[in-house]
Amino acid sequence: MALSGIEIFKLLPKTNCKKCGHPTCLAFAMKLAQRQASLEACPDVSEEAKKILGEASAPPVRPVTFGTGDKAVKLGEETVLFRHDKKFVNPCAFAIEVKDTLSDDEVSNLCGQVVNSEIDRVGQKLRIDAIMITNASGDAGRLEAAAKVVAAKAPGVPVIIYTENPQAAEAAIRLFADKRPILYGADASNAEAMAAIAKNNKAILGVVANGLNELSDLTEKVKGLGVEDMVIDSGARKAKDIIANNTLIRRAATKKNFKPLGYPIINFMQRPDSLYETLLAGIGVTKYASIVVMSSIEKWKNLALFTLRQNIYTDPQVPMQVEQKIYNIGEPKPESPFMITTNFSLTYFIVSGEIENSKVPCRLAVMDCEGLSVLTAWAAGKFTATKIAQFITDSGIEKEMANKELILPGYVAILSGSIEDKLPGWKVTVGPREANALPAFLKTRN
Amino acid sequence: MAFTPTRETYSGKVYPVTVGTGDSAITFGGENVLPFNSFEGSTPNRPLVAFEIQDVPPSDWPENVQKPFAGVSDDPVKWAKYCQDELKAKAIALRLIGTHPDRENRSPEDAVKTVKDVLAAIHIPLIILGSNHAEKDSSVLIAAAEAAKDRNCIIGKAQEANYKTIAAAAMANNHKLIAMSELDINLSKQLNILITQMGFDKERVITDPMCSALGYGLEYTYSVMERIRLAALTQNDVTMQQPMLGDVGMYVWKIKETTASEADLPQWGASEERGIAWEAETATALLVAGAELLIMRHPRAVEAVEKIIEELI
Ligand code: SF4
Repeated sequence: MALSGIEIFKLLPKTNCKKCGHPTCLAFAMKLAQRQASLEACPDVSEEAKKILGEASAPPVRPVTFGTGDKAVKLGEETVLFRHDKKFVNPCAFAIEVKDTLSDDEVSNLCGQVVNSEIDRVGQKLRIDAIMITNASGDAGRLEAAAKVVAAKAPGVPVIIYTENPQAAEAAIRLFADKRPILYGADASNAEAMAAIAKNNKAILGVVANGLNELSDLTEKVKGLGVEDMVIDSGARKAKDIIANNTLIRRAATKKNFKPLGYPIINFMQRPDSLYETLLAGIGVTKYASIVVMSSIEKWKNLALFTLRQNIYTDPQVPMQVEQKIYNIGEPKPESPFMITTNFSLTYFIVSGEIENSKVPCRLAVMDCEGLSVLTAWAAGKFTATKIAQFITDSGIEKEMANKELILPGYVAILSGSIEDKLPGWKVTVGPREANALPAFLKTRN
Repeated sequence: MAFTPTRETYSGKVYPVTVGTGDSAITFGGENVLPFNSFEGSTPNRPLVAFEIQDVPPSDWPENVQKPFAGVSDDPVKWAKYCQDELKAKAIALRLIGTHPDRENRSPEDAVKTVKDVLAAIHIPLIILGSNHAEKDSSVLIAAAEAAKDRNCIIGKAQEANYKTIAAAAMANNHKLIAMSELDINLSKQLNILITQMGFDKERVITDPMCSALGYGLEYTYSVMERIRLAALTQNDVTMQQPMLGDVGMYVWKIKETTASEADLPQWGASEERGIAWEAETATALLVAGAELLIMRHPRAVEAVEKIIEELI
């Protein structure tokens, strides 16, 4: 649990020497408790105090970097249970399982799917993040062979090696020794051997136990063996148990600072039905998983899951905004309608969606109003006649248009006269108040 | 180190709401924990999924979600019976979209006939929705509520602009009521208060904080739902303890991801699977955020969501 100022004060030298830049040790302790100062500022603090304070101030879910280079994925570092409290930090990674019972061709085909999974959505590049190679054959040679194919066909993609057999693990993990792979499959029976392999190969250790009590014991044991970077699996496979255990883990870590469960969570979501697997993976995304493992990665499925992850991990404090510019919807001609709205992303999505539904090509001017919706932006003085007129003039759009007509959202009908005053030669038409009336409105004009 | 789970006990709970009559009546809501956290409290009822149908043929629906209803969707009675008998729907949501002035502009009398015919043909609970035209809905829903008297339906949606007439109609004819406001916890609370101040029983209201589709503001609906539910449970706020609605199908089946063809956007994959996944994923996220009532369209999306509910409960 985070320490209070008084608790921290008890650990300081109590000499009030001011070398930290604060008048007293107590004042410094208070700043530390609020995370507004760093312990290094005090030159005289004891080693023991450093250790206690260091542990107490570490993020409740340990940060772990999985993989290396530009495809590396950051895991953990979460601080809250609900996204409205504070932005969720490191988006859940998606991994596909590749079994070593597949032929080399099949393995290489799946690698190709991963490499080509990247798509762009509202300015972000999204992709399947990792490959898990499972020792389904039980044969160490097969695992190593499959791992070789993956290393060659999906270079740079972070890898999870899944086996409970330390010999098989050693041969396969070596191929990724400097790539920060995950070695998954450490349990109470093989922890020593697996921890040693992880250590030698700088791997993250994936530990699995039956329930949270055993899991806590296991992470403590592994930590005692010198491996600090772990991802944890409570053994839950059923949707209900996944929600229960993930919730209890996140709660223990963030509310009680319970270190043995303060690691990123890995969930196994493989199901025969791909649609169903999509929904289960979605539950992982919303409920605290740092890695979800799936058995297939069809394009439609990736798009749905990437989008969900993006939605859940956006910053709730910053309204989503789109870029200020004039968007073409369809292929507008000089006489096509020209409309204006604000740059609140939800407003933009809804308005542009309804215009698309109408099948009437249009130009849509999206004006920067700091991400506010039309009515709010108007009330806040950001969507005014002067600013609208300025934006239209600066855009130079009139050169592309046959008739200088601007369609205004119905909610700000009141602005139409003053915009006409400020834009000589333009006609301002009041459109519908709600976006869902746009298709009918546009069709009647055609 | 021994692990002692932190269990939360909440002071509040969600009102259970029962719809329909006789053997087909169904109750949803009633839990005293966050969604599917039954490890620390009780979740006595499963969320209810209703199949959406409408009073006019679904020519405005994308092809992929029209197809499953080909041959029945030209007639709301056939459509409703198909959902009940063949798709094993647990409830039907009849949207009177044809009454919208920009659409077929059907009259309240037309709506009454449709409601009566559908009710005569089915025994499962019915949700009766207007066209979301505040003015027209007032007259349409008053007539529809009366036509459905004592069948314990859900009437909606009452909004700030028209809640008085719609709530009065629901009250006079013994129905439940959907109260919708736009993505704001305070607006939602305020509307519930206004409705209960009319003498409407707060335990007969279903809150609709407004749905958004995956990729189109889902996170707003998700977080408003989470916040409403936390207020209900942790603060025991009696004005926020209504079960919540996710009106999923209507918001999902109009966006690009559910309408664009694979030929146009090959990187997005098979369009039919994409649309179904979009609806089911939106619905699942809202269940996790706190929705107890879902209105959906595609039979395969409903099937998958029912299956995940089974595994979550
Ligand atoms: S430098 Fe250390 S010992 Fe000196 S006042 Fe600051 S906290 Fe106290």
